[in-house]
Amino acid sequence: MTARNRELMGLIPVSLLVTAGFTAVFAAQQTQVGNASLVYGAIFLGLCLAVHIFIRATLTHADPYLFPLCALLAAIGLVIIYRIDDTLARQQAGWFVAGIVLFALTILLLRDVRVLERYRYIIAAIGIGLLMLPRLPGIGAQVNGAYLGVDIGPLSFQPTEFAKLCIVIFLASYLNERGEAMVAASRRVLGVTIPRLKHFGPLLVVWGASMFMLVFIRDLGSSLMFFGAFLAVLYVATGRASFVVAGLTLFAAGAWFFAHTVSHVQERIDIWLDPWKDADGSGFQIAQSLFSQADGGLFGEGLGNALLNLPGGAQIPPAPDTDLIYAVIANELGLFGAAGVVLAYLLFAERGFRVAVLSEDGFSKLLAAGLTAVFALQAFVIVGGVTRVIPLTGVTLPFVSYGGSSIVANFVLLALLLMVSEQARAPRAWRSPVVER
Amino acid sequence: MNARIRNLFGLVTALFTLLIAFTTYWAVFEADELEANRANKRPLLEEQQIRRGLIVARDGRVLVRNRAVGESPRFYERIYPAGALFGHPVGYSFVERGRVALEREYNDDLTGKQDEFESLLDEVRGREREGNDVFTTLDPQAQQVARDGLAGRVGAVVAIEPQSGRIRALVSIPSYDPNEIPRRFGDLRRAPGSPLLDRTVQSGYPPGSTMKVVTATAALDSGKFNPNSVVDGKSPKRIGGVPLSNFGNEDFGPITLTTALTNSVNTVWGEVGEKLGKRTMFDYMRRYGFDRKPLIDLPNDEIRASGVYARNGRLLSASDAIDIGRVAIGQERLQVTPLQMALVASGVANGGSLMRPHLVDRVKDRDGRTVREVKPSEQNRVMKESTAAQLGAMMANVVEEGTGTAAALQGISVAGKTGTAEVGTVINQAWFIGFAPVGNPRVAVAATVERTTGQGGTVAAPIAKSVMETLLRGNGG
Repeated sequence: MTARNRELMGLIPVSLLVTAGFTAVFAAQQTQVGNASLVYGAIFLGLCLAVHIFIRATLTHADPYLFPLCALLAAIGLVIIYRIDDTLARQQAGWFVAGIVLFALTILLLRDVRVLERYRYIIAAIGIGLLMLPRLPGIGAQVNGAYLGVDIGPLSFQPTEFAKLCIVIFLASYLNERGEAMVAASRRVLGVTIPRLKHFGPLLVVWGASMFMLVFIRDLGSSLMFFGAFLAVLYVATGRASFVVAGLTLFAAGAWFFAHTVSHVQERIDIWLDPWKDADGSGFQIAQSLFSQADGGLFGEGLGNALLNLPGGAQIPPAPDTDLIYAVIANELGLFGAAGVVLAYLLFAERGFRVAVLSEDGFSKLLAAGLTAVFALQAFVIVGGVTRVIPLTGVTLPFVSYGGSSIVANFVLLALLLMVSEQARAPRAWRSPVVER
Repeated sequence: MNARIRNLFGLVTALFTLLIAFTTYWAVFEADELEANRANKRPLLEEQQIRRGLIVARDGRVLVRNRAVGESPRFYERIYPAGALFGHPVGYSFVERGRVALEREYNDDLTGKQDEFESLLDEVRGREREGNDVFTTLDPQAQQVARDGLAGRVGAVVAIEPQSGRIRALVSIPSYDPNEIPRRFGDLRRAPGSPLLDRTVQSGYPPGSTMKVVTATAALDSGKFNPNSVVDGKSPKRIGGVPLSNFGNEDFGPITLTTALTNSVNTVWGEVGEKLGKRTMFDYMRRYGFDRKPLIDLPNDEIRASGVYARNGRLLSASDAIDIGRVAIGQERLQVTPLQMALVASGVANGGSLMRPHLVDRVKDRDGRTVREVKPSEQNRVMKESTAAQLGAMMANVVEEGTGTAAALQGISVAGKTGTAEVGTVINQAWFIGFAPVGNPRVAVAATVERTTGQGGTVAAPIAKSVMETLLRGNGG
């Protein structure tokens, strides 16, 4: 079977899930949602089919499982969001279409990811610029104490979602060129490899940037995600665990320092350590998240059956469509449903890293590994926050959470991964020549 | 490089395994703890999704109904159409403030609580859990008359059907409108007069001379005295080593017990109490239900036991140092609830057989089928039937020609006893307890007014009279 036919097969479970999901919500909440629910399902499947045909035409040999996995996650997200608020679901479907358009544009315009290597400093500058945006007066927006959003007119978006792509592209390109040099030029002291200061510099710069984010954007989650992706790419590029250990130590030291000096970081950590001290106030989110999961148990309350919307417009847990959507999934689909979602991310990571393994040039390898790592880390940071593995922060669950920026940025991430994959899996004659530097 | 990528994948696998492990911990192992967590409002909110049963007055008037809020999910809110009139006995049920009184006592019935099997069966049949309706014995007319009788004065009225123990009126002033609980709970809790306090079962008052009915029961039933026994009614007289006076320091000389009850002669009943002794007095108090919480269908921590209380709030017994002569006339450290005094009247009225008091006599499901029925049952035999007859005649004399004439009804003979306990200079706790008609009593009542300048006979007796009249002459009788 060809890769594309396997992809088509992969969409079958997605279609079953989306149909069953919408039907279940419809059956459980007849009074609230119209019978248009099945139409939504059909439109979603139509869109998936369109993407499939597009990939069939442009990236014939690319990995056949990545897209169905994303479609699966998006389907779960859409059903859950629909169950929370059908207006939001309609908007999310709109973002889904926008994501597909950007996905197609990325593939059509870029053709070859290796082009990106040439513009790495421009891309890095864009990335850093994006991260600064939320603190610019007039357009920056503060949500839950973190500066994650930007409001421009009627449009609001989360620049971190796009910045993560820029930073990974830069790191892959930079470390592809300098990584070996960092190792070769380093000295060994007491069996520990220490790179020269001029090679060590960039590491410190990225560390500084993530510390800056921690304090300036006030987002521990994004900071963790960025720095983790950096360490992942650094490790793959150099193979030196000591670099990673050094990086982790620096990050931990920095986090510890700011946790004791900057009040909002401190507060996040206090809530994490003891959410029950103020379960109706600062600890409300995490407490409600845990209550939702406990309510779900092994098999969940069933789609549309859990207690969520309260009279007067309040919701438990709060932010059920974004930060805490994993808790809602655990509530309605139980431990099994939630574990299924985590498994889908794990499978995505497996396919993503496989793309990296199969790639032949260093940049593509690092890019695929970096994109996969940042995607997986994002899922870990938010699910970890919701399950109290780490402090709860406001990053989105890729493809599942409500949010335009998240959907669109992750579609671009998927496009880049598929393009790397196409390059690696196509028969040699099909491949485009390596771009000259 | 590929080995490093595989290592990285290994790390991701480990991290994701951690996520599933934590989810498992919260969803399965820690689930019960979280469910019971104080901050978890889910169980309360889920109960709000059940349509609670109605609470209905004896005449079919609906005292509590539901208002649906929201479509999906649908929540129910309680509405109390009877407002303050039934505030105390019915109580309230709101997520913000929990529940009290009948709403709390009958919560399982009102929410249609079922065993596992039944609820599973209903789920299979697609039936929604529904609450059962609770039918009270309370009479709206009597409630209204008692309320009007108190006319804003702080006090309480309890009326009981002696043969069955059915409570026909339970009124405490000031009262509150349960509909205001969600918005004004704080105000109500701090309001002067404590409107949230149900004085019928939660306030301990000195019973004054109404206690002489208990003393008379002990005197006659123990065989040590009869209605014609003569005791010296001089004033003052040393009781418990301290001089005791009659009202207005009136000296009655040697008189019968009947005369002594009719005129409420303190020195006679003080001496009777001393002669009976602590043991006998406490025995008869206990027979009436003193010294423990009344066996009424209200939440146990919302009702109060009547008895002799030490300063530290401990209930004293016959072995403690107590001036029993003053207990016998309703002084000392005696604290009684209006419900307890109504039970005293009820016990005498029903030939010495005290029936267990109750506010609810039937629970029905939505289809009108009776789920549960409360049959009248005897709580205790307080005295011999002959004693009750003698005591009833003595109490009838009180209303005919004694201190309780204000309770007399046209064409119906009433038995009763007044009480006026001094709680300050010219500040009294006024009481009347009684029953009617004397031959075949159908209502027993206790009425009391707090901190009044009037007396039991002038202030409390007219209230008791109008309540008895309503219950005997009205359609409710």
